[in-house]
Amino acid sequence: MSENSTMTANGGHHEHEHENHSVFGFWLYLMSDCVIFGCLFASYAVLHGQFFGAPTFKELLHAGDIEFSTVAYETALLLLSSLTFGFAMLSAHKGNRSGTLLWMVVSAVLGAGFLGLEIKEFMHLISKGATPESCAHWSAFFTLVGTHGLHVTIGLIWMIVLMIQVATKGVGSHMMPRLTCLSLFWHFLDIIWICVFSFVYLLSML
Amino acid sequence: MLGILSLKDIPYNVPILVGTFVGVAIIGLAVLFAITYYGKWTVLFKNWLFSVDHKRIGIMYIVLALVMLFRGFCDALMMRTQQAIAFDSPGYLPPHHYDQIFTAHGTIMIFFMAMAFMQGLFNLIVPLQIGARDVAFPFLNSLSFWLTTAGAILVNISLFIGEFSTAGWLAYPPVSELQFSPGVGVDYYIWAVQISGIGTVLTAVNFMTTMCKMRAPGMTWMRLPVFCWTVFAACIMIYTTFPALTVSIAELTLDRYLGMHFFTNELGGNVMLYLNLIWAWGHPEVYILVIPAFGCFSELVPVFCKKPLFGYATMVYATLTITVLSLLVWVHHFFTMGAGANVNSFFGIMTMIIAIPTGVKIFNWLFTMYRGRIEFTAPMYWTIGFMIVFVIGGMTGVMLAIPASDFVLHNSEFLIAHFHNTIIGGVYFGYIAGMNFWAPKVTGFKMSQGLGKAAFWFWFFGFFLSFVPLYITGFDGMVRRLNHYDNPDWHFWLIIACVGAFCILCGVVCQLTQIFLGIWNMDKPGHKDITGDPWDGRTLEWSTSSPAPIYNFAHIPVVHARDAFAYDKEHGIDTRRTSEPYQDIIMPKNTSAGFFIGMLSFVFGFAAVWHIWWLAIVAGILMLLIVIGYSFKEDKEFVIPAAEVERIEKEHSRNIMTQVAE
Amino acid sequence: MKKILPKITLSVVGLASTLMLGGCNLVIMDPKGTVGQGEKQLIIMSVIAMLCIVIPVIIATLFVAYRYRRSNTNATYAPKWDFSTTIEILVWGIPMCLIAFLAYHTYVSSHELDPYKPIAAPADNPNAKPINVQVVALNWKWLFIYPDYGIATVNEMAMPVNTPVAFRLTSDATMNSFWIPQLGSQVYVMAGMQTQLHLMSTSTGTFRGLSNNYSGSGYSEMKFKAISTDQKGFDEWVEKVKASSKQLDSKDSEVYKHLREDQMEYAKTHEGNVLHQEPIYYGTVGHHLFDDIVGQYNDGHFNVHNHGNSSAAPAQSNDMHSGE
Repeated sequence: MSENSTMTANGGHHEHEHENHSVFGFWLYLMSDCVIFGCLFASYAVLHGQFFGAPTFKELLHAGDIEFSTVAYETALLLLSSLTFGFAMLSAHKGNRSGTLLWMVVSAVLGAGFLGLEIKEFMHLISKGATPESCAHWSAFFTLVGTHGLHVTIGLIWMIVLMIQVATKGVGSHMMPRLTCLSLFWHFLDIIWICVFSFVYLLSML
Repeated sequence: MLGILSLKDIPYNVPILVGTFVGVAIIGLAVLFAITYYGKWTVLFKNWLFSVDHKRIGIMYIVLALVMLFRGFCDALMMRTQQAIAFDSPGYLPPHHYDQIFTAHGTIMIFFMAMAFMQGLFNLIVPLQIGARDVAFPFLNSLSFWLTTAGAILVNISLFIGEFSTAGWLAYPPVSELQFSPGVGVDYYIWAVQISGIGTVLTAVNFMTTMCKMRAPGMTWMRLPVFCWTVFAACIMIYTTFPALTVSIAELTLDRYLGMHFFTNELGGNVMLYLNLIWAWGHPEVYILVIPAFGCFSELVPVFCKKPLFGYATMVYATLTITVLSLLVWVHHFFTMGAGANVNSFFGIMTMIIAIPTGVKIFNWLFTMYRGRIEFTAPMYWTIGFMIVFVIGGMTGVMLAIPASDFVLHNSEFLIAHFHNTIIGGVYFGYIAGMNFWAPKVTGFKMSQGLGKAAFWFWFFGFFLSFVPLYITGFDGMVRRLNHYDNPDWHFWLIIACVGAFCILCGVVCQLTQIFLGIWNMDKPGHKDITGDPWDGRTLEWSTSSPAPIYNFAHIPVVHARDAFAYDKEHGIDTRRTSEPYQDIIMPKNTSAGFFIGMLSFVFGFAAVWHIWWLAIVAGILMLLIVIGYSFKEDKEFVIPAAEVERIEKEHSRNIMTQVAE
Repeated sequence: MKKILPKITLSVVGLASTLMLGGCNLVIMDPKGTVGQGEKQLIIMSVIAMLCIVIPVIIATLFVAYRYRRSNTNATYAPKWDFSTTIEILVWGIPMCLIAFLAYHTYVSSHELDPYKPIAAPADNPNAKPINVQVVALNWKWLFIYPDYGIATVNEMAMPVNTPVAFRLTSDATMNSFWIPQLGSQVYVMAGMQTQLHLMSTSTGTFRGLSNNYSGSGYSEMKFKAISTDQKGFDEWVEKVKASSKQLDSKDSEVYKHLREDQMEYAKTHEGNVLHQEPIYYGTVGHHLFDDIVGQYNDGHFNVHNHGNSSAAPAQSNDMHSGE
């Protein structure tokens, strides 16, 4: 025991320190990711309105091809999913493995629901001629919203992997940093979605 | 099955490429034979390619950088020769080949030479200087290296399979769009830059975390060695600006692969969007490269002048000022796009302001030398050479920063001369000074000072011979990237520039000899660095043996002051704490995951270039599976028993004793 | 070190003097236009201002390095000295003063020499009306349209001396930069966008013009002659062009398509080489050709690409054309 405590003094407690670092490092990564979205928003702002004969956002809105309700459902699903992941984290902090798992399953289902709605909306837009190849506006739109969708997909895969790990390894101290990173990522995607929702959808609807 | 790849994409009818291929193949086979003959395959893979030891990764980065330097330099020689003979004649390189060469030269020198060298120095020095045993994420570190390498391999494979981009090192659209570049060249560029860029961002996250979280006890921020501060600044710039590169290249990819319209002429694409995005990365990028070079100078000048760095605090503030300002100047790369006078003067003035902290740094090194006892070693030669060359580069930089002057200097040979003036005079001189300075620590032997100085003189005069003529032709209205020309006034100067390039070649040969001779003589007395402190160093890396043991520090050092090791030596403190009992040390295990993910990313990139989609998907899935598999792995660490640590440390102490006795 | 010092000093002095004195024959240092003259003066002024610091720094570096070499034990050695407030103030202050000086001139010259700013008629030619020239960059040649004369030329343009020239520029291919080094500023030329440039030659002669932004394999051949001549010579030149039976109707005409595509087609089968396009004269030119070329990439609209600088932009022509 005394040997262990000396080691700590010498900075030898590798395992514990490493895990702490991963949350810090993940914050740094998120800043980088944030700049990615910043650049995509900038691209969208520049190319916004360049329709060149492709159906415009307003036209699709008036024809009922873009429905406010779909976007509202998407938003609700993603926000709820963030909330339920918060519950998963609370359970994990209490060391409650099954509670954590249950809430993670709920979050994943909600996230998948969001993704499903988004894909459905994309397919519909494409069927109406608003394809990414049709003009610069839709290129920027699909890339911005699609990159967010891709992040959600990665988040879902990550969540499934962590569910397996929670199921097999429990929610001990070695799992907490991993869950924390995913939780940061999931909430981050929420914030990005709120920006997408406000700048891409709401502003175009005005 | 093979996408769009077919036999006609192999350039077997281009003699230069066939010759190059034969050369590369012979060298490659010789290396493979040597490894087999000496039975080093296991060692190579287990101890090097799969290594997560930051020191070994650092060495591999530098080897990569030197190989890429050689490649990029061959490109430079070919360009200089072409321009020297292409007066009123087509020269020996047709535009299609020549354009690939200047694109490859820029891409390789920035992404795979300078960036690789820089990350190599990060790896070799930062953990040792802050008194840490490793970086925060050793596996990510290995992954970063292999991603960079994958990009480098992609660029080089394009020599023999298909072609490289002809669109310049920043692939400006619409030249880089499918309409004007239908070949695979731009695709090679895209995937090489994108894959290595991800590696660079991971490096930045890794080192930032390392420096924030793993500094030795007592090492407050204002005791951090200046090199680490510069790494800190470079990391901030990397992870705030590389995403802009990622996005601009990704949007170009979408244009080319999915027919989107970000930067096309048609359907609303906007070229200026690309220019803004890529320069939002591109300008900070040159500071990312040069600031660590400033860090190298700041470390070695005090050591060779035998006194502390003058104005440590100003140096730190100057570095951070440059970091912030570098994010606010990108428009100076296209004053000529027709922006208004107010926009132009804002960005022009912001750019000039950077000259202030940079000037301060020069003065600080000058005052460090002032009232010192300067030892004229090779690193010191490079430093003084740098100070002379760089102030001229700074001056021409300010000239380009004045929009109205830029209207006649932009994109001309003057610009080429300017940025080589800062990149060679600043970045390259800095890294080579650093390499000469830290070589004993890394390899355990001193590099020949004579050859180092000879290399310096060749580079120094070669630089002026090569680039003063370009300043002059720039003033004579010569633009960059010309394949041939009919203006007789330029011809003489371009011949001089070509002579200069061959003068630099002598410098490169000296440096290669210096390295090979060093390895050849490494165990001979007089070459070996026995004490671990050959220059009477001031910072913690010199308190370890040379090369440093795998765990770096048996006892994590306690820092009492800035220039921690110098303070300890002066006050008779045993930095290594040899009298204290040793403990078991836990270190990360080597892993093949980084290597395999890197190689798969190469396969992925290659498959994407040639539209071999099944292969791209397989490679992508395999990468994902390796990442997931690695996350399930439990025992990622191993223990070095206290007895073993004690044996290593005792041996080093004995070495120091014998040296002192001699 | 003793031998080295003079060598380095020599090369530095050599560099500086070549730039300053030998610069007389260099086109940037020998401008033939008002804009170029302003830019030359600006360059010389800024170089002199900076050399006031750069030369002392280089000399000081060499002197300090020499003086404080290890073998010189006569020199003071201050192993602990690492800070001085006075020096800090000086090393921040001096560059700041220099930059403040240059910043002022930057601001003034950016406005003075703004390429979008029309040039006033000179004192010795007060009635001169600006010549309007529309420039289209093609791969890899320059098309010049003189809307006021109804003529067009390729790879050759003319202007009367001491008369302002107002360029409107666009591209129908890759991005280029339009530059006549001896007259002064360059400006980017992009498809679907219009940029502007105002120049005025002050002496007669034929100047080299070229592209200053890499635009593909035929880039080296993308050069043209800019002829500055007296009014009479210019009128004769216009008549000569008008006399040509060739015509360039619209952007959809075969003539224009050929002009646009021929070098690109040639390059494909010649390792990127192209033949230099000799000057062509078109006696008649379609009325809206330039606007149509801009508009085709722009949903039929043509707007001056002009970032927040509307005050300097001249009023647009009234014949707004709504494209297809």
